[in-house]
Amino acid sequence: MSRDLASVPAGAGPTGPSAVALTPARIIAIAIAGLALVCVPYLLPNYYVSIATQVLIFAVLAMSIDILAGYTGRTPLGHGAIFGTATYVTIYWSTTLGGSPWTGMLIGVAAATTVAAIFALLAIRTSGVYFLLLTLALGMIVWGVCLRWTSVTGGENGIRGSVRPMFIATHSAFYYLVLAAVAAITFVMWRFVNSPFGLTLRGIKDSESRMRSLGYNVPLHLFIAFTVSGFFAGIAGAIYAMFNSFVSPSTVALTQSVAGLLMAITGGIGTLFGSFVGAAAIISLENFVSSYTERWLSILGLMFVLIMVFAPEGIVGRIRMILARSKG
Amino acid sequence: MTKQLILDNVTVQFGGLKAVDGVSTAIAMGERRAIIGPNGAGKTTLFNAITGVVMATAGKVVFEGEDVTRSPVHARAAKGMSRTFQITNLFPNLSVRDNMRLAIRGLSRAKFSLLGRPELTAADDAEVERALGLSRLVGRSDTLVKELSYGEQRQLEMAMALVARPRILLLDEPAAGLSPAERVIVADIIRSLPRDLTMIIIEHDMDLALGLVDWVTVLNNGHLLVEAAPADIRGNKAVQDVYLGKARRHA
Repeated sequence: MSRDLASVPAGAGPTGPSAVALTPARIIAIAIAGLALVCVPYLLPNYYVSIATQVLIFAVLAMSIDILAGYTGRTPLGHGAIFGTATYVTIYWSTTLGGSPWTGMLIGVAAATTVAAIFALLAIRTSGVYFLLLTLALGMIVWGVCLRWTSVTGGENGIRGSVRPMFIATHSAFYYLVLAAVAAITFVMWRFVNSPFGLTLRGIKDSESRMRSLGYNVPLHLFIAFTVSGFFAGIAGAIYAMFNSFVSPSTVALTQSVAGLLMAITGGIGTLFGSFVGAAAIISLENFVSSYTERWLSILGLMFVLIMVFAPEGIVGRIRMILARSKG
Repeated sequence: MTKQLILDNVTVQFGGLKAVDGVSTAIAMGERRAIIGPNGAGKTTLFNAITGVVMATAGKVVFEGEDVTRSPVHARAAKGMSRTFQITNLFPNLSVRDNMRLAIRGLSRAKFSLLGRPELTAADDAEVERALGLSRLVGRSDTLVKELSYGEQRQLEMAMALVARPRILLLDEPAAGLSPAERVIVADIIRSLPRDLTMIIIEHDMDLALGLVDWVTVLNNGHLLVEAAPADIRGNKAVQDVYLGKARRHA
């Protein structure tokens, strides 16, 4: 079986992504995870709180990618550009134009959603490796614009400026705001993938021809899914503007798209919540291992190879498989 | 009787091959029609041209007075064309229940509910249960489709076609690959369909097909060979020549 990025395996084991009911065991697990996250600023120094904040933001980016890769079977490589568009617009509005950061975030998310809609119009009629390459190319165009439109974007120098209001200036205050926002966003995304519309996406992933014969306008559904996915990537990008207070072409570069996709795959494509595990694994490696060795990228690559070989359904996908087997 | 579906000189050409060549026929509201013919006669291609899976190269497909020749598959399905496939075409990684949900929501606005609950309305749920009962799939709702037997998958295809609220039902070899016992179930399901529902069936099993329909269209090499009542088809010389070959018939 070929395992290229255009056909990443469904993470929820052999059954693929499926509607997840909130059983008492799951509610308890979510409550424990939530409590642990709430305790982070009390237990860890600011450096780690900052890393945890970064994990939360990138988990949203990875989940937005998972909506497409895990639920429609189309793997995008342009979400870094959508994410970065929101970051650029938020920082430009707040620093260069001197506007309110909250308005900047709203405009940033709107801009990212618009970019996603344009990407969607061009990409939804393709699938597999063609979809992957087309979204990659569209992302590269955004990167090129950010690099060359120096009068607005600052070119290679980017734009620097603090976007964060005073009341969330501290690491812990900002962390709690991000945690609350990400919890709300995650709930909305969970409802989305388990909605009637989410089921149509899983149907499209299984058999587009059958969906058409049942009366579904498949391109329209994919357009909506891509745009919604871009909306969530935009929210992550706007929050990142507050987190990083700096944006440059590297924020919209291909590496950003690849990082988001790797997080989704590592956690488990089609699991949604796996994105948190994937983001934590990759950002931890990036921050901790890089302090010990310059070859951390090689270690990241090795980890990814091991996951693809031994747990192609991702960490959460593999855990779900093991739990399913132990039950049945 | 009102003609629900009119095929006017429908031709489907793939490169130099005319898979369907100038077929004209009309199917009345509530009629049950079989399309038969040897392998390669163009039966499934004609189905595909009717439902929009392939576009007719020439000719017209008129459904309930509207020219749908250039309409996409989903638009024709929205007008009430429902079909099953020669090779089962289901959602193997979803449960029977989710397959039925997709089928019944195909023509409903509920499919665009982005944050709604996944459950069906009570009325839709009752309709799904009725179709599952009719298709002998009661108690299999939570089973993944890929874990169903082939016969059960064919039955599910029928159930999905039924809840899609069709105005015309096109069945492409519904009994293909089934055991004799499973064929009986499929025949029973077809017989229990509402009598006012128009149905076109492609089937190689002549006994099954001719026992279910009012009228038969015979295709050969993409051409319409003959149309007649089931009782007249068996004794028709042209049909015997196509199925048995001239030399064998005379032997």
